[in-house]
Amino acid sequence: MAFRLRRLRENGSLLALPTVAWLVVFFVLPLAVVLVFSFMSRGRGGVAILPFTIEHYERTFGVFFIILRRSIGLAALTTVICLLLGYPLAFFISTRRRRVLRQIALFLVILPFWTNFLIRTYAWRILLGEEGTINGVLLSLGLIGEPLSLLNTQLAVVIGLIYGFLPFMVLPIYASVERFNFRYVDAAHDLGANDIRTFLRVVLPLTLPGVLAGCALVFIPSVGAFVTPDLLGGAKGLMIGNLINKQFGGSGNMPLGSALSIVMMAVVMLSLLVYIFANRREAGD
Amino acid sequence: MKRLMLLLAILCLVAPVAIAQDMEHEPWTCPDGYEGQTLSIFNWSTYIAEDTVPNFEEACGVTVNYDIYESNEAMLARIRQGNPGYDIIVPSGGTVQRMAEEMLLIPLDLEMIPNIANVIPDLLGAAYDPENMYSLPYQWGTVGVGYSTEVFPDGISSWNQVWDHDGPVAWLDDRQTMLGIAHLFLGNDPNTTDAAEINAARDYLIEKGGNVVTVAADDGQVLLERGDVDIAVEYNGDILQISWDCECDDYAYAIPEEGSNVWIDNLSIPVDAPNPELAMVFIDYILDAKVGADLTNYIWYASPNQASIDSGFIDEEILNDPAIFPPPEQVANLFAIIDVGAEAEELINNAWDELLIFLGQ
Amino acid sequence: MAPAAQSLINQGSMRRNRAVRRLGQVGLWLNPVFAYFFLWAPILILVLFSFNESKSVASFTGFTLKWYNNILNNVMGAERAFSTEIMLNAFRNSLFVGAVATAIATVLGTMIALAMARGRFPGKSLIDSLLFLPVVIPEITQAISLAIFFKVAFDWIAGISGERVFPGFHTIIIAHVTFNISFVAIVVRARLADMDPQLEEAAGDLGANPWRTFWRVTFPLILPGVVSGALLAFTLSLDDFVITFFTSGVGTSTLPVFVYGLLKLTVTPEVNAISTIMMVLSTLLIGISLAMQGRTASRA
Repeated sequence: MAFRLRRLRENGSLLALPTVAWLVVFFVLPLAVVLVFSFMSRGRGGVAILPFTIEHYERTFGVFFIILRRSIGLAALTTVICLLLGYPLAFFISTRRRRVLRQIALFLVILPFWTNFLIRTYAWRILLGEEGTINGVLLSLGLIGEPLSLLNTQLAVVIGLIYGFLPFMVLPIYASVERFNFRYVDAAHDLGANDIRTFLRVVLPLTLPGVLAGCALVFIPSVGAFVTPDLLGGAKGLMIGNLINKQFGGSGNMPLGSALSIVMMAVVMLSLLVYIFANRREAGD
Repeated sequence: MKRLMLLLAILCLVAPVAIAQDMEHEPWTCPDGYEGQTLSIFNWSTYIAEDTVPNFEEACGVTVNYDIYESNEAMLARIRQGNPGYDIIVPSGGTVQRMAEEMLLIPLDLEMIPNIANVIPDLLGAAYDPENMYSLPYQWGTVGVGYSTEVFPDGISSWNQVWDHDGPVAWLDDRQTMLGIAHLFLGNDPNTTDAAEINAARDYLIEKGGNVVTVAADDGQVLLERGDVDIAVEYNGDILQISWDCECDDYAYAIPEEGSNVWIDNLSIPVDAPNPELAMVFIDYILDAKVGADLTNYIWYASPNQASIDSGFIDEEILNDPAIFPPPEQVANLFAIIDVGAEAEELINNAWDELLIFLGQ
Repeated sequence: MAPAAQSLINQGSMRRNRAVRRLGQVGLWLNPVFAYFFLWAPILILVLFSFNESKSVASFTGFTLKWYNNILNNVMGAERAFSTEIMLNAFRNSLFVGAVATAIATVLGTMIALAMARGRFPGKSLIDSLLFLPVVIPEITQAISLAIFFKVAFDWIAGISGERVFPGFHTIIIAHVTFNISFVAIVVRARLADMDPQLEEAAGDLGANPWRTFWRVTFPLILPGVVSGALLAFTLSLDDFVITFFTSGVGTSTLPVFVYGLLKLTVTPEVNAISTIMMVLSTLLIGISLAMQGRTASRA
């Protein structure tokens, strides 16, 4: 028996080999190429040529910096609002007594995800437009005299991002609330803690891993968003993803596009490090 | 480019008064030997009639792949990275010149395209392709402003009305055209290659763009239709399509008096096309009098096809519309885009990126 | 302090406490109501406009089924409208890419999940990060890295063999497999973590070889994980736009790529109709898979 188990364990590396090879060729290698491209000069037609240069990084932290900062800001705002919306929602779902109700409540969060992301984002164009549904309702209720300009603003981008990524916040928090033992709340109450104290001292720390995971899962795709600002943001909601896309299309500058996405990836990695660090400290407490 | 403008002026005088002659028209027939082959077309969005492609498939017994793009630059970027397999592309004049220079186009075999005889002679041999070695005209038109007639009951006659409008405006994501318009105001050549002048045009646009809510890639007409903008800088046919769709007078198109861009889009064959022979058959098909007329009747752009105009297949309404066939005094004000060379291209691209960044501030 | 006063203070704090709690409860109810409304309003608008008489999305002018009828006619081959034809073609492309990419990603993802859970070999933590990265890297970065990579690789192949290679279904499928592997692996590993390895050891003790053990013991136990991993991969594949956009070739537009082209122009009610159909179908699919999971769970 021991012999056989060892064989299974040795086969493990063999079993891992095809997948690892695939990821090295089609994931690691392409990223390495991007890194090299980002240090090359722009040739005619936007392709990368020698010699090596750091001009694209200078440009990234020069004129492009405003947009980079805006992307991080909008993603952070999206994450905070998702947390404020998602945390109580996750609690609501996991505190339904009957299992069926819990499943339906969860299902109702996930189901919209089975509609095409583009279409769902596009639906907001209908809602937010000058002659859109929201303005129509507000006008007919007499709450506003003039239609509001909602579309093609940073607000529209944030709404679109929240809409796109809210379930990424809800699901991890739900998972941690599920594991949470509500007897702790009773215990805290018995010991004289009021609701706010109980929440801050007992509930929040115990569900923090879910919160952290949710924040990472919302923040990362938000920073690199390209479709949402493209469809909802207009001139004022431009994000770094749009400019990267432009370098591979109209603006024709692949090395600059590479440098922009390397910097964006660095931002994401940095936020991941924060996440891992916070998680460790949490586990260490 | 002076020559082209002059020719367009003459053409516009001639076209609307051309007497409709009801000629007998033989339907286009496909040469033998193409059954079962495949043709891949890469064209602008909303730039073909519903039945153009299916009729061609049926006539030749072939299959057509049809993909769309939204700007010359986007198409160019795609082909420069290696033609992914397209046989037909539709570049505008300056882009034809640029692509020919970069050896991205295959020379046409004009023997295979007898319908070249249908093309308005003045539109052949344009400055960007004097011998028609790489291109034959598909449609032509102008860039101007589409606006809501409710907001502008007296119409728009100047770009200053666009710059000063207190309400949402959409610009066209066509860098050379937009910078060219700024050059007109600054007294420079619209096709200048001078770095200082390009940057001055960029700054001029940033200054005038406070009311811009979006820089739209060929979809300004939709924003106008939905009331999200009051003015959309757009290609003429796109604005006319929405007026036609709504069967109303809510939108109008105008070319501001300071001038704007006139363009000719062309049928070309990109390098490494898998099936250039069938591509030439397709070009011949498009230049057929009936096919060309059907195209113009559907997409509302001006036809370069004299036979289509003469045959009476094009609706009167379109032939007499000054927004489609502009009057000669307007045509004199229009500028065409030419290839500016690699260095100026990079300057323009950088200026445009910066413009997009600072418009949002 | 007098006991009465003390009790008064206590009562005050209790009252305040109760008020806070009530407020909290109201908030706890309002929030989900708002959140569900927020999640569903756009979907309802979408469905509503698939029945809109006019092509406009600005106002609802009347009820019609003609957009569904158009699609049905095209599917049945009764009528050919060029634009609808392109859309259906894109839909078929989506299904094809999704199916192939899911199949490959499921096999590769399950293999690595097994290796990571049961095997012992050097570099495991490195592989762990390698599996984790595709999940967290921004889509656009992955998209452009593959686009550049394919360009460089194809140029290289053309240089060596003189054969020109074009992007097409193969490039899209490679891209989809690459981002799907990690998701499948994560789901299957979660299932494996819940599983008792002693079951496999017992099978070994009873004389089954590793191959038999795998198919008779391990595989049936991880099957629900494999199925949900595959479902997840298929969904991601169907929904992906950014990566497909950058890696597609001629005539290989998937539904999202096609829809993107349309969105920039106008959404015809037909697109709304086909999205509604897709949503209903996937709801059914999920419903069935949930019901099946429920049955296996109750049997276990």
